[in-house]
Amino acid sequence: MTTLVIDYGVGNLGAIENIISYLGFEVRISSDPDDILVATRLVLPGIGHFAKALNSFETSGLRPVLEERVFGNKTPILGICVGMQMLLEHGSEGDVPGLGWIGGRVVGFDTNRFESPRLQVPHMGWSDLEVVRPGGLFTGLEDEARFYFAHSFHADGVAPENVLARVHYSYDFPVAIAQDNIFGVQFHPEKSHRFGMALFRNFLQS
Amino acid sequence: MKQRRIRVIPSLLVRRGGLYKGEKFKDHKYVGDPVNTVRIFNEKEVDEIAILDIAATKEETGPNFAMLQDIAAEAFMPLAYGGGISTVQQAEQLFKLGIEKIVVNSLAGDSLDVLRDISSIAGAQSVVLSIDAKRNLWGKTTAHTHAGTRNLKIEPHEYAQRAQEAGVGEILLTSVDREGTLGGFDMDLVSSVTSVVDIPVIAHGGAASVADVIAVTAQAGASAVAIGRLFTLKGKHKAVLISYFDEPIFAQF
Repeated sequence: MTTLVIDYGVGNLGAIENIISYLGFEVRISSDPDDILVATRLVLPGIGHFAKALNSFETSGLRPVLEERVFGNKTPILGICVGMQMLLEHGSEGDVPGLGWIGGRVVGFDTNRFESPRLQVPHMGWSDLEVVRPGGLFTGLEDEARFYFAHSFHADGVAPENVLARVHYSYDFPVAIAQDNIFGVQFHPEKSHRFGMALFRNFLQS
Repeated sequence: MKQRRIRVIPSLLVRRGGLYKGEKFKDHKYVGDPVNTVRIFNEKEVDEIAILDIAATKEETGPNFAMLQDIAAEAFMPLAYGGGISTVQQAEQLFKLGIEKIVVNSLAGDSLDVLRDISSIAGAQSVVLSIDAKRNLWGKTTAHTHAGTRNLKIEPHEYAQRAQEAGVGEILLTSVDREGTLGGFDMDLVSSVTSVVDIPVIAHGGAASVADVIAVTAQAGASAVAIGRLFTLKGKHKAVLISYFDEPIFAQF
């Protein structure tokens, strides 16, 4: 029973390792395909620029083994921040295709729709989620789900059945998505106090 | 649903592994153990924490990685660290520990290129430029580095603009003259910077109340606030008491 944080050179891996290990679960950071083959939970981190992150991932050569685990063995995987964005079909930041494991795309904030000129991009700070699919990843978080965000792009065009939670920042957009054993969150659960701990616990025990 | 909580960030000054607090960048008094203090802030579920080592540059020790590792291992909120960072490799090492924001002050005084380098590793959102603004006898305000001792002879708003162009994601704007005084934020200083940049500006120095926070965000355009003395010391005798606002503060626009 080991959780593997996939090291493809991008993302705040230490913080993710810290919280999982604090919760009492076995966790490793690795870029070794053999480790991916034996992991029972996978975390796909990501930070920064979509196309750069995706490029690092593609050149890591880990995609085939990861797809084998995710689609063959149905190993649960959680994408975080740009890791979530990579699960979608297309990213406008660099205009490149994503992994396409969940339908939808990644777009920049539509500042024309902002309710106040004072609203900023990146959307940085804590936001209250609207959990549209209770249970599962959000078990125990239905009434209060507050998470830390730092992003300039967001998911769009995700089918309603794949949306677990949304956030309102002048307009609603999906911040937690899922398809079978594939999960993605735009926020940083590793930096979101007890809310993040609850989410990780739900994921690790799912 | 309310859409924007103001980030309220306890700022902690450390020196040789201890937590200190002073006034106007001087007269630092020992407050306690930083690891324990962060633990208390963690229990209070604070929005974010900024840890600033005020001696690491001067004493050329570099970041205190052992202490930061202890802090990061059980602080499950965004962590910003600044002090004594002189290479991109040190920034990378901090990211690996679980610190996601690198605060640069003295290093950026020489050249802003390093900000671009750090930003290319981890994204602009992880690079914070710290501007220590000090007003001289003739009322002119300039940016300083090296714990307020070296004058860059550039106005804060101009420095902020250059930093934004260099790929900085955020600005920590400290009023040296208000720091530790409970005298309220320097509204003019904050306005001068927020009016020329699009990136978030964290107002720092002088906070004494929730009203100060609302004023500096609603009127001066700050995105967030960093607060030291109010959250670590109580009363005019400055008894150590770690505290935080009881309620979240929402944007007033």
